[in-house]
Order: sequence, then structure tokens, then C-alpha cells
Amino acid sequence: MEAQAMHIANGIVDGPVSAIFAVFAVAALAYCVRRARADLDDRLAPMAGLVAAFIFAVQMLNFQVLPGVSGHLLGGTLAVILVGPWVGALCVATVLIVQCLVFADGGLTALGLNITNMALLGTAVAYVLVALLLRILPKNPGGLGATALIASIVSVVAASQGFVLEYAFGGTTDLPLPAVAGTLAGAHILIGIGEGLIAATTVVTVARVRPDLVYAQRRFRKTERVEAGAMA
Amino acid sequence: MSKRLGWFLAAGLLVSLLLAGVVSNFASSSPDGLDYAAREGCTFNADGEITGGTCMAQQEGAHQLGGGPLANYGIKGIDNPYLSTGLSGVLGVLITFAIGGGAFWLVRRRSRQEA
Repeated sequence: MEAQAMHIANGIVDGPVSAIFAVFAVAALAYCVRRARADLDDRLAPMAGLVAAFIFAVQMLNFQVLPGVSGHLLGGTLAVILVGPWVGALCVATVLIVQCLVFADGGLTALGLNITNMALLGTAVAYVLVALLLRILPKNPGGLGATALIASIVSVVAASQGFVLEYAFGGTTDLPLPAVAGTLAGAHILIGIGEGLIAATTVVTVARVRPDLVYAQRRFRKTERVEAGAMA
Repeated sequence: MSKRLGWFLAAGLLVSLLLAGVVSNFASSSPDGLDYAAREGCTFNADGEITGGTCMAQQEGAHQLGGGPLANYGIKGIDNPYLSTGLSGVLGVLITFAIGGGAFWLVRRRSRQEA
């Protein structure tokens, strides 16, 4: 059984476009660090380390979505719900940097592309959906699970389309973009469902054990905290 | 950091270590969604080499750090594939927790908060 590369490799997108996205990724991550400091206290900092380690572990677990096609969790939605958008983006970026530098997964030249798609775009889309859905869905574990599922599907498809955008600017093989976009979207809807089930199970479990450790519940469901405390 | 949080972190790390160290050996070895799209349009022989067609993967370059001791989620020198994948996963979880947790701890707000 051979574990394989999971992220964009070197050479798929040309050097100049990769460099532009690397600069963008560094700037965006620097901004995330600034915003994350407001959230990071003595409780969230170790929790964020755990979220990064957990995402690394689950990314190793490729699940079959179609014959000959697998997928793995990206982690944006899970991170947003547990540690918030700014720290969450940094968690996913940490995983991608370790995978690139230590495990040779995802090209070094392509690191900015991978961070842009999964840590920044995927997490941003997840954040918008989580913030919206937690306000309108029922304030119970079902609502939290449904939020994780829906946000995962949309965020994973968005991340896959981020690659299409990068490929449109700097793809090194002449291929019809609509076909690439369609193939990726189709596969990533299924991958998103898989990710959503994992993310929903994880956040609902944490919410049952330690509701106070779920950032999104503290932030978007202020009334829930009292109820959850009373139930526990 | 409170004792209760310490227990939660220990339990979470244990789950992560089991997933990366044991469950990872049962992961699908099919190409993931992105890799599948990158290979679409080409034909491959049994060794995974491109034999014809047009696809993104044709332009794929080698990884700069492909010769590293943990490259491709295995440990150089360990021939047993289960041990190699599992141990590389365990190391990956510990490295990620150390780097991530350490960096977050360094940039955190320094006001004492009840946890």
C-alpha cells in the first residue's frame, strides 16, 4: 500500500504564476497571524496545535469516492468551527508546510498555490457558511453537524476551483478549462461529502465533551453556551 | 493551561496518532481528486508511467525534497510498508503538533485567562 502525493506538484502551474501566489499566500498568512493573536489565548493556542495535528492525521486517510478516485479531508471547515477563521487558516497552512517540507507532498514551488486553495480559499468559504448557517440552523448538535457538512462540501469544491483559476493563468499543458473544472468539481462534491461527514462527527463529538472548546459555538451561538452548560 | 484541557489534548493527540499510525494503512491508494484530474487524458502502463495522450501530469516535476527521510509518507530504510507508513504518520502528527502548537503558543495573547 503506497501513500501518495495529495497536493499540487511542481511543474503543473508555471513559475511566474506560482511565485505570484506564493507572495499572495505569505501576505495573507501574515494578516491571519495579526488577526489570530486576538483569538489566541492560553486555551486556544494548544487547541490549535491539536487541530493542526488532527488535520494532518486525517489527511492521510484517503477514502474512495469513485472507482479509481479517492479523496481526503482538507480541514478548513473543521478548523473554522473549532478554532476560528484566522487561527484555522494557519492550522491548515501549518499542515501543508509540514507535508511539503518533511513529506515531499505538494511541490515546494507549488506551496503558495496549495496554501491559497486549501488554507485561504477553502477556509474563507467555510467561515462565511459557518457564520451564516450557525445563526439560521437549529441551535442543537444536529444544526452544528449540518453546518459542518454543508460548509465542507461548498468549501472543498471552492478549493478545487481555486486550482482551476491558477491553472487558467499558468497551466503548463494546453487543456480545455471547462473540462478540467467539471472533472474537479464532480470529484470534489463527493470528497466534500466525505469531508463533511468526518468534520460533522468531529465537531459534534467535541461539542458534546467540551462545548466550551468549540470556537464557533462561543462566537455565533452565544445563547447556546448556557443551555449546553446546563445539559452537561 | 488547566488540567482538564490537558486531558482533552492528550486524548485528541492519541486519536490523531492512532489515525495516522494505524488507520492510515487502510486508506485508499487510488489517486485523489486532483491527481485524477491531472492524469485525465493520458494512458499509463503498469508502472504508472505515461504512455500517451495529453494531461497535466506530463509536466509534473520532481519534488525538491523528494530524497528526504520521510518523503512520500514512508521512512527510508524501513521495508515493512505498514511500519513505514504508520511510523511516518506518527512522526508527522508529533511534528505538526510541535510546530503548530509551539508557534501558536509563542504568538498568543499573554493575559492570564481561566481555562
